[in-house]
Formats: sequence, structure tokens, C-alpha cells
Amino acid sequence: MSDDTKTPKSGTPKEQTAAEKVHEQVVAHETGRDATEPAVPRSNQIIKEIFGGSAAISVLAVFLALVFGGILIVLTDEAVAQASVYFFSRPGDTLVAMWDAVAGAYSALFRGSVFNYLRVDDLAVAIRPLTETLANATPLIAAGLGVALAFRVGLFNIGGRGQMLIAAAAAGYVGAYIPMPPVIHLLVALIIGLIGGALWGGLVGLLKARTGAHEVIVTIMLNYIAFYLVSFLLRTPGALQAPGQNNPKSGPILETAQFPPLLGDAYNLNLGFILVIVSTIYVWYLLNRSALGFRFRAVGENPHAARVAGIKVERVYVQVMLIAGALVGLAGVYQVLGNFTGGFASGLDASIGFDAITVALLGRSKPWGVFFAGILFGALKAGSYTMQASEGIPVDIVLVVQSFIVLFIAAPPLVRSIFRLPTPDPLFQWRTPKFARTAEVTK
Amino acid sequence: MSVVTTTRESGSGLAPAAMVVRSWKAPIAFAIFTVIGVVLFIALARGGETTYRLSNDTDAIILPSIVLPADATGIVTVVLMAIIAVYAFMLVRGGTKVPLWLTTIFALMFLLGFLTWAAAGSTVPLVGLLAGALTVSTPLIFGSLGGVISERVGVVNIAIEGQLLAGAFVAAMVATFTGSAIAGLLAAMVAGAAVSAVLAAFAIKYLVDQVIVGVVLNVLVIGLTSFLYSTVMTADPELFNKPERFERIAIPLLSDIPVLGPILFNQTIIVYLMFALVPTVWFALFKTRWGLRLRSVGEHPKAADTVGINVRATRFWNVLLAGLIVGGGGAFFTLAAIGSFTKEMTNGAGFIALAAVIFGQWNPIRATLAALLFGFATNLQSTLSIVGSPVPSEFMLMLPYLVTIFAVAGLVGFSRPPAASGRPYIKS
Repeated sequence: MSDDTKTPKSGTPKEQTAAEKVHEQVVAHETGRDATEPAVPRSNQIIKEIFGGSAAISVLAVFLALVFGGILIVLTDEAVAQASVYFFSRPGDTLVAMWDAVAGAYSALFRGSVFNYLRVDDLAVAIRPLTETLANATPLIAAGLGVALAFRVGLFNIGGRGQMLIAAAAAGYVGAYIPMPPVIHLLVALIIGLIGGALWGGLVGLLKARTGAHEVIVTIMLNYIAFYLVSFLLRTPGALQAPGQNNPKSGPILETAQFPPLLGDAYNLNLGFILVIVSTIYVWYLLNRSALGFRFRAVGENPHAARVAGIKVERVYVQVMLIAGALVGLAGVYQVLGNFTGGFASGLDASIGFDAITVALLGRSKPWGVFFAGILFGALKAGSYTMQASEGIPVDIVLVVQSFIVLFIAAPPLVRSIFRLPTPDPLFQWRTPKFARTAEVTK
Repeated sequence: MSVVTTTRESGSGLAPAAMVVRSWKAPIAFAIFTVIGVVLFIALARGGETTYRLSNDTDAIILPSIVLPADATGIVTVVLMAIIAVYAFMLVRGGTKVPLWLTTIFALMFLLGFLTWAAAGSTVPLVGLLAGALTVSTPLIFGSLGGVISERVGVVNIAIEGQLLAGAFVAAMVATFTGSAIAGLLAAMVAGAAVSAVLAAFAIKYLVDQVIVGVVLNVLVIGLTSFLYSTVMTADPELFNKPERFERIAIPLLSDIPVLGPILFNQTIIVYLMFALVPTVWFALFKTRWGLRLRSVGEHPKAADTVGINVRATRFWNVLLAGLIVGGGGAFFTLAAIGSFTKEMTNGAGFIALAAVIFGQWNPIRATLAALLFGFATNLQSTLSIVGSPVPSEFMLMLPYLVTIFAVAGLVGFSRPPAASGRPYIKS
């Protein structure tokens, strides 16, 4: 799975026929580009395309995914099934049942994620869903930033789960078992957790830089290694397991290390959300205003060009994975110090590591894009519980809607063809010149 | 253990591979394992005896159990391992490669020492251990065969997990509807192919990155199956989730062979299908025109296109074929091993299969062996946790993933994927 076609493989020098050389010179002349330079790796091109998509595509993708979710709800709804038995005698009933199913589901989603209009009498209760959305969005944004940052350098960070687990285990150990004075305790636990995530992520960068191991494979495998490692620690007395317990579960996090709530104890929203806003600003600053971020983007655009410009690409891989690991680690720390404060088990990542990939893609790997994508998915998550409680629709529907969103976002041509949108030029430009000219030359 | 180490993508980007004539990997690995052996089997000796039970009471030919004294066995195996390690050092110094049979003997020695040590004071049901390993391995082998075909033709298949899960789900449903396990198996294959079709359509037609599609497909299949499981299946399990299962078919005579007979020849039809599939895929890949075309498309699509092979079509149909195979493997969960569908029941098997593809160097036979090894490690873990082993089970479960990281990092063996794997082909 190496990225570039034109790198010669093991020891066989690239042989060119005279015709090929002429061809390349012609292409170089016509495209104003040196044809002998290595091609831009595919993953880098993909990322460029994802950025290139317009906001309209994002909105349409979300809309399409909700339509698909609606179809799924209709298909499995019992009232619809009952009405459809006599569809040909009274088709109206089926349509009404369909409408009821979908409207019921999506209004429950709204009630659970934005504003509970059934309880307008009590504002404190009515606005609770919104705070739930933000609380659910907190780890998604943090992990999404980590994935997005790696994307910008051309790396797929599928290792969110592992980085979260390691960060959570590190922060959880400090938070639950090492008593410290207030404030300091929280800071130390947070920092230790971030370091844990950073090291687990940095390992991927190091392996990629040193051995060329593909980060997708390494991160997938590290996810499982982290899972079993943390599972082991959670059932080992003296490590993470709560003293005097048999369950593979940690002790409760000490009061001094918990994220303090922002709006009082009635709401789940806590300091984590502020940290996530700070992280978003930091990533924005890093990418757009710092020298390091410039190097990141340069490598992301074209590692070969970056190398020629004197950027140490290998070092960038390690640096970006360290930071990405710390960002994803923040999600893990939040889960432990802010969410499961009564003690955590090995399922603490709650598939956020994977959701983060969808968040990063929907946010087009831009810091604020990720922020709002995270809030959208946080809303879906928060609303799904209400949907399950009031309409009996399993929370898994969110996974389906999420994956549809990403599929549509990742394939702009598909969305365009569904809605018959015009094809913008820039997206196809990197293909068209080659089309025409090669044909001429080979003749 | 290979001799060549290539530096892919690292270095200056135009790195011609560094050729190393002598590989010290094997002797060094041997030495490390010998030291581990010394520590575990001798320094941490547990005393007592280990009993290996070779037959079940119902077998036609009953072999007596073998009883080994744990400490003595540990010492003997360590000494033998040390001798092999020294011999390997001498071989490499003399410029010879360490032969595979030596590695095999070493591995068996270590395994014997380890098993005897870990199970000291109790009984190891050898037949049960191996039969269980085959059960765990079967879906892995189907998954890795599909993975090999798909990657050989140039499409990275991260969605093996999704294909297995889809196969398991649809098999359970259809087999319950129709009351026929065969119908369930066929439907599972179609389901696997359907997941493949989405992968192929997005990867080949819409040029979406294959890793992204694969990851998303896994999430999509988990979401869909869990959703339908919670809504439809749990509402009426009798109607939707009580599949007709495959019966075990004992092959006359062969199934009476001691130890191996009941393991290999008293199995369901899916396992026999797998026995046939592994050599078939190998033969087809390396000895037929179809295989040559497939591999050429995965290695150098432009060259394949030049000689008139339709790259996109070849990719599309072969990715579909891979899905058929993996989907069939998914049916093993619901129609043979467990008997009903549960949420996320594949539990990472697809990723172990992916690991087997890589560790097996994109070769069907080696990938099968890797899958068997991983299956054995997984099952050994559950057997040892029953007899009360001192090794934490999590570390055994970690093994396949750890080994894969070593493999892709070039520390163990040699990993070079098909050159064009993961890259869409844009006809120019």
C-alpha cells in the first residue's frame, strides 16, 4: 500500500524507453510541470478533493442520509407494516402510517437534541437537550480534531480507539488512585492522559517514518492491542481495577480530578467543552498561523515537494501523530474524568474513535468544520436516546445515518448526480489534461 | 524470515531497496525465545505433570494419554531450543539462510515447552484444542482468502469485518425463513458480495479512497445489522433468528484417524468447502490465465490495460468474488458455530483476517496458515484460561495484532503488498 506509483521497487532501476521519455517531455511541456517528478500520492489527492467540495454537498449529504434513515424507519415500523397489508384498498392509511413513523422519529430526535418543546413550562428542562448535545459532542470534536489533523498531513488515523483507551487509562489511574490537591490533580491527570494518547499516536508516526509501515494497518492493530492491554489492567488488582472488586472496572474518579460542571450539577456539560473549544482554536492556529502547521500542510499537499523544499517529512509524520494522539487522547480523558466518573470499563471509547473519522470527513478536516460536524453528530447521538425511549427506534440508526453521510460526502460526484448539480471544474482538472494528451502522444 | 529489507516510502522517496545478504533476524529471534523459555520454563518452573489427552471416549481408536513432567520437559525443550539457536547463528555466519524446517522445529519446541509449562498440573484436551482452533480459524480463512483476492486485484479491503457480519446476519435470517441452511449460505454469499459491490462502486467508479469506504462500510454494516437485529429479529426470534444449522458430516474411515480424524473430517459442509477453496484459490491465482490477469491488474494496471485487459471490470468482478467468499465465511458464525445472530458477533474477526492477509504476504496458502496460527492462539487462550494458566489471556489475544505490526514494520518476515493495491485506476 505504498503511496506513490513511480518509486522504483526493490533494486530494479526504472527503465524508460526513448518513446516514454519523449512522451513525458511532451506532457511536461504541455502541462508546465516536470513529468519526471514523482506523482502526488493518492491519499493527498483525495484529501484535496474532500476540501474542494462545497458546503452545499455537505448539507445535501446530511439530507440524503436522513432520507435513507427515514426509509429504514418506515421499513421496520410495525404500524406501517400493518397498514400496508390493505394498501390497495386504502393506500392513504399506509402513507399516514409512514408519515407518522418518520415524523415521530425525527421530532423525537429534535426533542432529544435541541429543545424539548413538550416541556416549555420548565425552561431548565426544555433546554437540557441542547446541553446534552454539547456534552455528547465534546469527545467527538476532540477526537475528530485528532483525525482531521492527521488527514491534513495525508495520514489516516484510524487508531482513535487505541489512543483514547491509553489516554483514558493513564488519566484514570492518576484520577482515581493518586490523591492530590484540587486543581493540581485535574491538571496532572489531564496532562498524563494527553501524554499517553500522544505516545500511542506517536508510535504510529515513528513506525511510518522509520519502517514505512502503513499507518492504516498499524493503527487498526494498535486499537486491539490497546483494548486488550487496558482490559488486562482493568482486571488486575493494583493496576486499574477498583480495590476489593471482581468486575473489570476502575474505581471512581476522585472529586478533585473530575471536570467541574459548567452549568451546575443538573447538566452534564462540563469543563471538557471549554477544553475542546480551546483545542479547536489551537488546531486552527497550528494549521493556519504556525511554521509547524505550514510544514504539515506542505507534506499533506505533496510530500515529495515538501522534501525537496527541505522539510523533514519523517519528522513531520512523528510530530503530527504525537499531536493527533494527544487530541484524540483528550476525548479519552474526557470520557474518564468527565463522563464515566463513577469508574470506567474497557468499553469507555463508545466507538468515538471511529465516529471521529466521520466527524473529520464531514468537517472537511478544517478545525471549525470539525467543531460543527462534531456538534451535529453529538446532536444525533443525544437525540437517538430520546428516539429509542419514545419511539422504540434503536440507537443504532445513528450509525447508519452517520455512515451514509460519510459515503455521500466522500463521493461528491454521486451527490451531484442525484441532485443533478453541475460538475465544478477544479475537481476534475487533475484528470482531464492527461486524458487528452496521452491519447495524442501514443498515436 | 526473509533476507531482503526494503525501505518503502521512507528515506528520500527514491530509495532503491537496500540489499542485505545476511539476515540475522531468525537467529536473534531464536535467541530471544530461548531466553523467554529459560525464564518461564526453568526460572519460573511450576512443577507437577501435564497430561495430554489424545482421544475422546467416543472415538473409534482410543489412544492413551501422554503425561509429561513439566519441569523436565521445560529443561529439555530449552536445551533443544538453545542448540537450534546456536546452529542458526552458525548457519547465518556461514552465509546460509535458516531453513524453514528449522524454524518449524523451533516453533514446535517452544510451543510444547510453553503448553507443558502453562498447563502444569492439569490436562490439555489436545483434540478439543485443535478442533476449537479450526472453528475459530474457519471464518478467518474465508476472510483472508477474500482479502487476498481483493488486494491482489488492487482494491484494499478493510471491509472484511463488514462482509463477515453481513454474511452472518443474512445467513441467519434466510436460513430461518426457508428452513434450509444451504439457502442461508448462498444468501450470505450474496450479502458479502453486496457489501463488496458498494466497496467496488465507490472505489472504482467514484474513486473514493478505499480505506475510507472500507471503514465506513464496517460502521454501516454494524449499524444496519444491529438496527435490524433490535427491531426485527428480537421482536420474533422464532420467525427471524432460529436458523436451520448445518449438520456435521463424518467422512467414513478418514474421521476415524486418531487425533486428526475427528478434527478435520467430522465437520460441517462449510469447513469442507474451505478445504477445497484454499488450494483452488491458490491454483487459480498462480496457475491460470484469470489469476495472471488479476495479479497484473493489481501490480501494474497500466501495463495490464496496454495488453487489453479491462482493468476496471477485472477489479469490479473480482472484488465481488472476494465478497462472495467472505460472505460465505460469515455464514459459518450463524449456521455452524453459534446458531443464531447476535449484535456485532464477528467481534473483530475481519481485522484478524486482514492481519492474516498481510502476515501471509498476500498469498492464499500462507494467509490460511497465518489465519490458522491466529485461530490457534485465540483458542489456546480460552483453553488455557479454563485450565488456569499463569499467562493473562489478554496477551494471547493480542498476539495476532502484535505479530502483524512486526510484519508491516519489516521486523518479522517481509511484507510487500501488490504494487497498485489501494490506488484507483484512471484510464489515461
